[in-house]
Amino acid sequence: MIRKRIIPCLDVKNGRVVKGVKFEGLNDVSSPVELARYYSDNGADELVFYDITASFEERALFTDILREVASTIFVPLTVGGGINTIEDFDRVLKCGADKVSVNSGAIKNPGLISEAAKKYGNQCVVLSVDVKRVDGRFTVFAKGGRENTGIEAIQWIKDCVARGAGEVVVNSIDTDGVKEGFDLEMLQAVCQAVNVPVIASGGAGCKEDFVELFNKVPKISAGLAASIFHFGEVTIDELKRELDDNNILVRL
Amino acid sequence: MIGIIDYGVGNLFSLESSLKYIGAETVITSDPKLIEKCDRIILPGVGAFGDAIDKLRGTGLDKVVIEEAGRGKPLMGICLGMQILFEKGYEYGVHQGLGLLKGDVVSMEGRIPYELNIPHMGWNSLNICGENTLLKNTKDGDCVYFVHSYYVTDCSDSLIATSDYGIPITAAVQKGNVMGCQFHPEKSGKIGLDILKAFQEV
Repeated sequence: MIRKRIIPCLDVKNGRVVKGVKFEGLNDVSSPVELARYYSDNGADELVFYDITASFEERALFTDILREVASTIFVPLTVGGGINTIEDFDRVLKCGADKVSVNSGAIKNPGLISEAAKKYGNQCVVLSVDVKRVDGRFTVFAKGGRENTGIEAIQWIKDCVARGAGEVVVNSIDTDGVKEGFDLEMLQAVCQAVNVPVIASGGAGCKEDFVELFNKVPKISAGLAASIFHFGEVTIDELKRELDDNNILVRL
Repeated sequence: MIGIIDYGVGNLFSLESSLKYIGAETVITSDPKLIEKCDRIILPGVGAFGDAIDKLRGTGLDKVVIEEAGRGKPLMGICLGMQILFEKGYEYGVHQGLGLLKGDVVSMEGRIPYELNIPHMGWNSLNICGENTLLKNTKDGDCVYFVHSYYVTDCSDSLIATSDYGIPITAAVQKGNVMGCQFHPEKSGKIGLDILKAFQEV
């Protein structure tokens, strides 16, 4: 049966991984290529790269790095950040990305998802959505969680899946950075609304949070996290053994 | 030299990189003369069955692939490239495949339990079930990476591995020199690289 996936996420700026990281046996902890190799050798089921650069020059550097990662690491790669046009899809796919994640770009232009799905297939288009409760209503936020769009999140996700998004990453702003566990209520609501894989993001603080996630929201396909892996608080291998001990199917 | 057939479908970057990584000489080509010179052939593919087979026929490469396979040259289809090796595909209409292997390609919709997502996307384990050389480095239970919504049925003739997705899904096939993987060996970590190495040694 299909395995639950564990996905570390790397924010890349100026050719380096943002957020200081500490690992034994890893000399250059902010090299995206080194870190990607470390994760893939240690059980990551997939890697997500977010390009958080702003300028054209930095973007070119990002694609160089992506190309290097994709030619030495053979697990699926998703790229997000600054994806606003079909040309952006093209640019990262040519460098070896397997999936492309869109967030604010889809809010500005919802047609982007249909266009990309038609050209590259639904499996290639990942909707990434930042959600926060506003007056008890799940609401979509744009621009890295800074801007309230007023859009109701569950309907937005359903619409994007209907347009061709083949996977959804749900990042709860309410639980992000708090490290007290995933937003189970929000994730449950999304899983009930769509029939494509849903990836949980935001809130993981320890191994038990992942056990709780997969036990309480059985339809969730994957858990994504950044800081708990980067800071070495939890290694992916340890986490997967813990999940296995709790009878959650993972790739060991 | 492994010839990766270029007929305008899918991204060949990872496949080429992974073959280089295991030390294979590769060429991405649509030139029949070059394909004839290669000692093995990979047929990749992403997208829809009808579109892919039309493109392959449009370039005339369908005949080249059939001829080379007929001469006993090792041929491996990957993902949609495996599906079009079969007789018929039922994706947006009915389409004739290359017919090198016996079986049909059908949708998972209505055939797998409704609570499971389509596409079948992610890592799943292999249940090896037939004589083969392609999986000689692979163990029962090894996980590989899948992304697909259609699968091959009625292929007992060539079936060498399935994966469980509510029902047994055809994961790998081989009949003599003609073989295929529904999953992506180039995205399946070390296990996948070992399968590519096995193909290199077939």
